[in-house]
Amino acid sequence: MDFRVTEDQQALQEGIRSFCAGRVSHEQLRALEPVGGFERGLWTALAELGVFSLRQPEQEGGVGLGNAEAVLVFEELGRAVVPGPLLWSHLAAGRVEGAAQGACVVGGLDLFDAAAGPTLVEHLESLDVLLLLRPDGVARIDPAALEAHRVETPLDPLTPVWEVAALPAGVRIGDAEDARGIRLEGAALAAAMLLGMAEECVTLATAYARQREQFNRPIGSFQSIKHILADTFVRQEAARAAVYAAGATLDDPLVGDPGRAVSVAKAIAGDAAWRNARACIQVHGGMGYTWEVPVHYYLKRAWVLEQVFGTTEEHADTLAEHVADAVA
Amino acid sequence: MDLRYSKADEKFRSELRAWLEQAVSSHGSAPPQNDWQARRDWDTRWQRRLYDAGYAGIHWPREYGGRDATLTEQLVYYEEIARAHAPYIGVNFVGMLHGGPTLICEGTEQQKAEHVPRILKGEEIWCQGFSEPAAGSDLANLQTRAVRDGDVYRVTGHKIWTSFAQVADFCELLVRTNPDAPKHKGISWLIMPMDLPGIEIRPLATIMGESDFSEVFLEDVQIPVENLVGQENDGWRVTNVTLRFERGTAFASEMYQLREFLAQLVGVAKRVTRHGAPAWEDRVLRREVGHLQADLDALWAMVKLSVSETAQTGVPGVGASAIKLYYTELYQRICEFGLRVLGRAALARDDVGALPNHEVLYRTLQSLSLTIAAGTSQIQRNIISERILGLPREPR
Repeated sequence: MDFRVTEDQQALQEGIRSFCAGRVSHEQLRALEPVGGFERGLWTALAELGVFSLRQPEQEGGVGLGNAEAVLVFEELGRAVVPGPLLWSHLAAGRVEGAAQGACVVGGLDLFDAAAGPTLVEHLESLDVLLLLRPDGVARIDPAALEAHRVETPLDPLTPVWEVAALPAGVRIGDAEDARGIRLEGAALAAAMLLGMAEECVTLATAYARQREQFNRPIGSFQSIKHILADTFVRQEAARAAVYAAGATLDDPLVGDPGRAVSVAKAIAGDAAWRNARACIQVHGGMGYTWEVPVHYYLKRAWVLEQVFGTTEEHADTLAEHVADAVA
Repeated sequence: MDLRYSKADEKFRSELRAWLEQAVSSHGSAPPQNDWQARRDWDTRWQRRLYDAGYAGIHWPREYGGRDATLTEQLVYYEEIARAHAPYIGVNFVGMLHGGPTLICEGTEQQKAEHVPRILKGEEIWCQGFSEPAAGSDLANLQTRAVRDGDVYRVTGHKIWTSFAQVADFCELLVRTNPDAPKHKGISWLIMPMDLPGIEIRPLATIMGESDFSEVFLEDVQIPVENLVGQENDGWRVTNVTLRFERGTAFASEMYQLREFLAQLVGVAKRVTRHGAPAWEDRVLRREVGHLQADLDALWAMVKLSVSETAQTGVPGVGASAIKLYYTELYQRICEFGLRVLGRAALARDDVGALPNHEVLYRTLQSLSLTIAAGTSQIQRNIISERILGLPREPR
């Protein structure tokens, strides 16, 4: 057993990190607000990095890596709160032509809890294909054919949403097992993004606490602030271990139950991202409440990701059943 | 990012499991908590059996009779010990986990020869004389005074929270040998035989009503100078060398048992009735179990990550503080969940109505010590924020 991130995996992760530092800085994120977080040039660059083709076989033009590597890549995308339908386009690779290359922008709707209306579609106007994930299978539809109206004020300024009145059945491209598989992998990758966000909130809050002075001392010298930050670190570390375990278990089911590992990751990372963003805002004081500092992006995206591929509560319920099954 | 145990680890596991199966069943049941002589006998007999089977000192160097197991093997060891409900280290705790390792690192050849093999075989029991009424989190503030007088140190002071004092043969004692030096620089580490004149042990009843630890009063106790370990006034460093033995596997057995405990509570929730239905049908209660299980699984993954990282660097990560904090607070949450499952039945600490009251309440009350002992949660948060996040240090 060697659960560490390997050197190759580290190099992959650092590559994505330095790309994000150059192309998706907080200033650049702000510039993406008027275009709803989607910009073709950035999308093409992400595709060239292999973000969408990462897990496709090499003989089909993919990178040929596994879920363990994918969670590391999405951890970095989360750290930079990179916007756009990243998860769906990645999951669509190999199922929708052009998705892996970034030529076809794929979005999606998780309809496992179908009664949970209203139906809000993210990034609709940027999409070429919309996937529908239902318990009985996977379908694709043409987003242009939908009757939809744009919600004027989305929660996350980088995740615009459209309200859709009715969804057609669409063209079936996968069965129930495919749907479950996509949802499971999607949950692991969403958890990875949430992990990266939780980590960045620790970094931002710590940097601010070291530099901001009150009562002639850095506020980070006060235990009341230190202990908030220590707790954000613990949540980050728990999420990191849980997300990496989910990636490793999806790749090698002999080491555990992938469904269980993914539920743990989504529940723990979702909680970590939300609470760390809250803490980060609190430590930033009045500035944390403004649009000026980027912390609000993290809080808002955390809610967007909480609401896809199973909420924290849904995954907690799943885990409770795992425990109960083991008890006579 | 490989979670699979190696073939060698699996072989180690299956041999250990086979041995534990017969050894545990033939060791009998644990004696009452307050019968210290019986506890000493039971724990030391178990230590001797571990020794004879080659499983004593799993983390000790081979040249001192240990097994020098890899960290992954240690993880397997603690998992299997817990799975088999084998006796815990018990009265051998201080000797095996602190006193012995300290002597191995810092003792003279004579000190090592005299104590190390006996500790390993369960023939010698140690206790710890570190904390004092005015030296808790601020341990370096300890005031127990040792004055050199010819061939002896004359020691006077007051120690507290000393577990196993009633049955210990020796005490690892921290004393102040230079009151004029800065507080970390005037401390020495002594081996104190517990049968010397001038030692008075006064058991303290814990929140459970048991005498788990004691106060130890020292009145002009004469300790031979050759019992000094390391250099005079270098005791603070000597105390900390054993950290190199502690590499994040310490709580592994308890974590495994905690998973079993949560499953046991789910079993109780299925049997007890709330509002006319089994408690388990309460969605809120079930969801809480899901959250607790998520934390338990994440904690276990953290341990594996920490063990893997430590195995490579050889240096235990400061991340151990994060694990300790997470584990101890989770433990308390699980116990409180257990209390709520029992509800009014928890007015009884003894089993009533076929419910596991004793275990739930024992764990619940004992768990309150976890966020206090071995560095309070507040101290852990200071360590994380200062040593990992790099925030300005508290005034010291």
